[in-house]
Amino acid sequence: MSTLDTTAAVEGPPVAGRPKSKSQGGGFGRYLLVRFLLIFPTIFILVSLVFVLMRTTGDPITAALGGRLTGAQLQERIHEAGYDRPLIVQYLEYIGQVFTGNFGMTLTDNRPVIEVLLTYGVATLELAFYSLIVAFIVGIPLGLVAAYFRDKGQDAGLRVFAILCYATPVFFSGLLLKLVFSVWLGVLPVAGRASTGAQIQMQVLPNSTGFYTLDALMTGDPAVLGDVLAHAVLPAIALGLLTAGVFLRLVRTNVIGTLATDYVDAARSRGVSEYRLVRKHAYRPALIPIITVIGLQIALLLGGAVLTETTFEWNGLGFQLVEYIQARDFVAVQGIVALLAVIVALTNFIVDIIAAFIDPRVRY
Amino acid sequence: METDTVALPPKRPLRDRIPVVHQLRQSVGLQRGMLVAGLVLTGIFVFIAVFAPVISPYGFAQLRDADGPFGSQQPPSAEHWFGTTVGGYDVLSRVLWGAQTAILVIIIAVLLSIFVGVFLGLVSGYFGGWLDRVLVVICDAIYAFPSLLLAIVVSIVISGGRSDLWGGVLAAAIAITVVFIPQYFRVIRAETVRIKAEAFVESAKVLGASNVRIMFRHVLRNATRTLPLIFTLNASEAILTLAGLGFIGFGIEPTAAAEWGYDLQKALSDVSSGIWWTALYPGLAIVLVVLGITLVGESLNDLADPRLRGRRRVAQAAGEVAETSVVPGGTLTAGPGGLSGLEDGETFDEHGIEVKR
Repeated sequence: MSTLDTTAAVEGPPVAGRPKSKSQGGGFGRYLLVRFLLIFPTIFILVSLVFVLMRTTGDPITAALGGRLTGAQLQERIHEAGYDRPLIVQYLEYIGQVFTGNFGMTLTDNRPVIEVLLTYGVATLELAFYSLIVAFIVGIPLGLVAAYFRDKGQDAGLRVFAILCYATPVFFSGLLLKLVFSVWLGVLPVAGRASTGAQIQMQVLPNSTGFYTLDALMTGDPAVLGDVLAHAVLPAIALGLLTAGVFLRLVRTNVIGTLATDYVDAARSRGVSEYRLVRKHAYRPALIPIITVIGLQIALLLGGAVLTETTFEWNGLGFQLVEYIQARDFVAVQGIVALLAVIVALTNFIVDIIAAFIDPRVRY
Repeated sequence: METDTVALPPKRPLRDRIPVVHQLRQSVGLQRGMLVAGLVLTGIFVFIAVFAPVISPYGFAQLRDADGPFGSQQPPSAEHWFGTTVGGYDVLSRVLWGAQTAILVIIIAVLLSIFVGVFLGLVSGYFGGWLDRVLVVICDAIYAFPSLLLAIVVSIVISGGRSDLWGGVLAAAIAITVVFIPQYFRVIRAETVRIKAEAFVESAKVLGASNVRIMFRHVLRNATRTLPLIFTLNASEAILTLAGLGFIGFGIEPTAAAEWGYDLQKALSDVSSGIWWTALYPGLAIVLVVLGITLVGESLNDLADPRLRGRRRVAQAAGEVAETSVVPGGTLTAGPGGLSGLEDGETFDEHGIEVKR
């Protein structure tokens, strides 16, 4: 039995479009190609699904502007935008546009959807980045501790903690964090990505990225950087804990699995301490499945980001999405959802490739 | 019934075959503690949901009683134990009534997704071919997508966003259903593909049984063993999705039903001025219910997974092994060669589980 037999045992569920049949032969190049080609059906299915669902309810112009224009004006706008053509024509046109990166114009504020996506996508990326850091810092060490104390009090406590991480909606943990740290203790800002002063300082930068941490570094002003980081703490904790729970249980399960393997038994019989067994022998192989799972966490993280951003008025894609939903601007909603589909499909592709590099057995 | 399932291990006593009771007897120590705690929390939740009209001091949309209006944002007092909301509702009453809304959504969503998912999985796994491939790709695509976003889109379609009790409950339930179908589909399909190769299916074919009869009588009955696990885990996810929808403004109108996510959305602005009671109690309700249901699901899952089961004695008593281990936020399944080398070198082949060695 190879040493990796149980260590990589826990693997995420097959991600989008993974081929079901185990083909013999074919190297890494072939695997790469197949995985790459499978991105397209995934994106295509999601975009089509969203299009069909959104359009069955009627045209977006009536939805967005229904109360504000007269019937004749509405008809004119609908005709101009081409929403009175057969659905299949609109659908083909839309699919064509999406594959050329054109997601249409928003109805309520008349901006190209792609611009909205780029502007606010960076903010969401920043939030996701910090959350993942929190998730790693909290989840992995605690998972090791839980595995070390398997079936003892500490383990039970940590497992309940992991379930609590999952059971607490991000907006509720966000509200509690706000209440304690911003309102009662007054040590951290209540909402937003930066205070107005810092924002102005960053906007005048010649090549501002929208990634506030980078922008703050470029201003060279430690006060601005401190301000940006202080704003990120609570949202990152709220969203990070959600993922931390998943990492915790994953590390725990895998380390327990690894500790039962022959090579760990062999090391134990040589007199290696339990601590060292967990820390050195069982830990590294147990990390492999985490890489696979990160890919799946992206979906959870993006869903959580919508709620976290709303809670903390973090002006990212999720926050904008909710604004557009409330304005009934379904073109914008459709564009944002389509972009997220692309992100999810790409992430899964990248994760699959990394997993295949690390663990050759994945490549069947 | 037993004559159809020749390949199963010997029949266990009835009390062992009722899902939760069997696991309760099987569990030991901390695991039993977690299972019992989960069952108690879930029991309280169901009790409150059923008896909300009796227990709750006021109606969920009640703004005044004989002494006049309740008043807005009143701190907890003898009349209003949990205070009142910004809209002037009694927080305690809305928390209690919210249980009823939540349980309705869970029941409808889980039933719908079980029916559709199980049916599709059965057909797809049994017949195979192009239909199978198409369904697998579609379900995988949906599965990988953020469930909340999908629920938002579906909810826009169904209700345009705002609705009354049944409209809102149905919208939320159907939105959740769409998200869950792939999970049931995958589990049932995998089981079907495995069972299809068993000797008793061959025998049934030889005897001339129709495809429909084989599918529903021979395959389905043997493919459902992991459903209780997914059921519990999906129930908790349903509550979180419902609350998430409510929080971003797709909730049920406050006059139509009490919904925790909606109440938390309204509490968002209260928090900045230090009003804690409008956020704390609905939030705690969500956390406790999800915690309870997840504890039950998690315990069932661990007891079905030989790598996580506490003791060897217990492992042997289990009698069967579910290769599909389901965990919220990411399914843990056995990978290539995953289960070998465990449990005294016991192979799982006798249970028909594919293990590469």
